[in-house]
Amino acid sequence: MDFDFAAELPKLVQLLIGVAAFLVVVAVILVLVDRAPMRRRAWTHATILLLPALLLLTIGLVIPAVRTTLLSFMSGDGKQWVGMDNYGWMFTQPEAVTVLRNTLIWVLLVPLLVTAIGLVYAVLVDRTRFESLAKSLVFLPMAISFVGAGIIWRFVYAYRAEEQDQIGLLNQLVVAVGGEPQQWLQEPPLNTLFLIVVMVWIQAGFATVVLSAAIKGIPAEIVEAAKLDGATPLQMFFRVTLPSIRSAIVVVMVTQSIGTLKLFDIVRTMTGGQFDTSVIANEMYNQAFRYGETGKGAALAVFLFVLVTPIVIYQIRQRREALR
Amino acid sequence: MATLTQTAVRTRAENAPQRVRRRLSGRVASAVAIVIAVLWTTPTFGLLLSSLRPEDQIKSTGWWTFFSDPQLTLENYQQVLFGTSSSSGQMMSFLINSVVITIPSVLFPLALATFAAYALAWLPFRGREWIYIGIFALQIVPLQMSLVPLLSFFSEGVAVFGVQLLPAWDLEGPARFIQVWFAHTCFALPLGVFLLHNFMSELPGELMEAARVDGASHGKVLRTIVLPLVGPALATFAIFQFLWVWNDLLVALIFAGGTPDSAPMTVRLAQMAGTRGNEWQRLTSGAFVSLVIPLIVFLSMQRYFVRGLLAGSVKG
Repeated sequence: MDFDFAAELPKLVQLLIGVAAFLVVVAVILVLVDRAPMRRRAWTHATILLLPALLLLTIGLVIPAVRTTLLSFMSGDGKQWVGMDNYGWMFTQPEAVTVLRNTLIWVLLVPLLVTAIGLVYAVLVDRTRFESLAKSLVFLPMAISFVGAGIIWRFVYAYRAEEQDQIGLLNQLVVAVGGEPQQWLQEPPLNTLFLIVVMVWIQAGFATVVLSAAIKGIPAEIVEAAKLDGATPLQMFFRVTLPSIRSAIVVVMVTQSIGTLKLFDIVRTMTGGQFDTSVIANEMYNQAFRYGETGKGAALAVFLFVLVTPIVIYQIRQRREALR
Repeated sequence: MATLTQTAVRTRAENAPQRVRRRLSGRVASAVAIVIAVLWTTPTFGLLLSSLRPEDQIKSTGWWTFFSDPQLTLENYQQVLFGTSSSSGQMMSFLINSVVITIPSVLFPLALATFAAYALAWLPFRGREWIYIGIFALQIVPLQMSLVPLLSFFSEGVAVFGVQLLPAWDLEGPARFIQVWFAHTCFALPLGVFLLHNFMSELPGELMEAARVDGASHGKVLRTIVLPLVGPALATFAIFQFLWVWNDLLVALIFAGGTPDSAPMTVRLAQMAGTRGNEWQRLTSGAFVSLVIPLIVFLSMQRYFVRGLLAGSVKG
């Protein structure tokens, strides 16, 4: 019970060194830019300003991406070329195929559920007295780490044998209506759905905020005209609201698909990928960093890249159009 | 405010049958909205309440029992934060690690992205478009692609055909934070440059021209004209990067390791959920400690956060 603050001092010193290094870097760059001779062509200035970022990007992303691609054609220790073996493993071995199937379920369900719930909620609270409070409540999980959310929900799913008092909310509700308590996270295939609930819980706020902003952007004349024509609320929703915010819906779906494909933390915290719940990013971590199977890990990473690329390109084009 | 007045005007203009119908559908709508709001807040509330209940109670009864038998204690927080045995959580050490990791991991990309974005937006040099497109395209690369090679870059250095070009970094103890900062900075740059470039390229060119004609250097233009104008964009990027780094698990697992020397709270919580999954008194209080800081930042800067979301600044 006596925490030793002195033992933590070296870390704080390291933090000071880091912040000092930051100030030095900024100062050096600014001084260099000020001192560099002025010419018509701005090459010197551009080099000084761009070099640190380009250097880091090359070391941290470009070269590693190329190396990972090469590694995916090599054996686990990175010494022998094995051709397409790692990819063959990914698409034929049952444990790997389960991972791909789970990822598919995630990427199909999460964007749909998130968008649907976010949309319904945004429409329902639009222009009510408690709108901003209501939106904040749903939005709040966005600030919570996936790990924190994982623990919150593990607690909801907690299991106690039938004769004991339940401590998990879900099992308490099941018992209250006369059912038997379940080990929600240990029984495939339903356990994947219980993990998906966590992701939807975190992300629905994102959809609510983006879609709510889009709903407010619908021109008032259109809404007025529909009302004058006697449109019912349902008609309003399907004939006016939905078509007007189509592009915002696409933005939400796309962002969610990318995030879901790369999902790691929730699975890691809640089941560790056991009980048939693993997904690509979690399996990639296991293969590369726990089993020492770098080749298989790299192949999974490359496959993730291939899956994400078309969606990101689509997203970037959308963003560019939105900016025009 | 504008929407409020609009609604008021509209409600007054409605005729009686419309108002009745509106109220009926309003009641169902409110009910659904309330159900969603309750579903979304109850889990967090349960965690908070549990973290304040005595250990034997958390483990034997549900948190809702509190309402019939209220007992609260700060003992769990005391234990999880300041306990020194390895089973107690030692969360204070990990909390400090999270702070030490996060601050430079936000500052560095913020500055480097600002410099790069300024050069790409306002310096006339050949190849500018290509460099911008290159950085922009790097947004595609998932960070999973770079984990293995970047880790070996730190631990083995760079060797090409047996020739050691760069030595291994061999970072021990607190110096390990450097590689976490480095990794987070690399991964943040594509989105950072993209966002700040968008904002900067929309500033009026005449402003900068005028300053340059008066003999101001690029450094001066950047400091005195550009920075004040892109302040909100910087705030948005900073808060996103803060939440990203603070809540990150994957990068920390790989580059910070799993010990109290350098691992952040997320890594510790994930460990505890795995090995001490039933020590709910520590899991709940530990999780709440890790949630508080981002929640405060988030609530106090929600305006920038929402603006950033709408500008598309979510890192996939």
